[in-house]
Amino acid sequence: MDDDVQVTTFPDGRPERVQPKWRQDFPVDLEADEYGARRDFTKLMVITSLAFACGQLWIALLSTFRGRSPKEQRIAAIDEVQIGEAVRFHFPTERDPCLLIRQSEDEFLAYSSLCTHLMCPVRPDVEHGRLHCPCHEGYFDLGTGRPTAGPPRRPLPRIHLRIDRGVVYATDIEERAS
Amino acid sequence: MTNVSKTRGQRLSVVYAILILVLILVVMQLWLLTATMNAFLGGNHTIVWPAAAASTICLGLNVGLLRFLNRLDR
Repeated sequence: MDDDVQVTTFPDGRPERVQPKWRQDFPVDLEADEYGARRDFTKLMVITSLAFACGQLWIALLSTFRGRSPKEQRIAAIDEVQIGEAVRFHFPTERDPCLLIRQSEDEFLAYSSLCTHLMCPVRPDVEHGRLHCPCHEGYFDLGTGRPTAGPPRRPLPRIHLRIDRGVVYATDIEERAS
Repeated sequence: MTNVSKTRGQRLSVVYAILILVLILVVMQLWLLTATMNAFLGGNHTIVWPAAAASTICLGLNVGLLRFLNRLDR
């Protein structure tokens, strides 16, 4: 190949005719190779960008359709829950497990029972005033639902309650930021 | 080195510049997605749609840069 029209760039920068025979037989155009690799990586990054944008839109759609107020639901009669005990129920859908805890004669608390770390079900430990997630040793304060130890960073969603004629109802769910 | 290879070197520089811009935008999108998810799970739904719009704008810029890159190959 004539030097004037040589396209291939060799690693040592010398012309093709002085390169070893093995390199002449199997020439690799380094610049072209680098160009192709960076161009393909850029395309991959644009596809990643598309995936992130789709994720954002998915969250936005979820927010739009989940933003509606849930329907009020009966949980239990006051007599069915002893002081220091907890009752499991589902609110606002059957896929959302929650806990109703009776702390004293007239004090009821309710939280989503899914740990805000990786959604393991939390266990009530009323005696010590905490909720325990056994998966990664996370703890939440029973009175507030805020994380006190372990990996969770966000408080447990709180269920708003209404007591009417001896029956406890769940009226709304309050998700809270850390 | 010939003119052809110089042109290729310039194109390589352009590809690097585009790649850096795309990477910056993708990192911004990743941060935006993480922040939005955290806010959404915390019950703050007000920023969800503006964040989705910002992410879509980033995607538009990335697609524009990719189109510019494809034009270089022709």
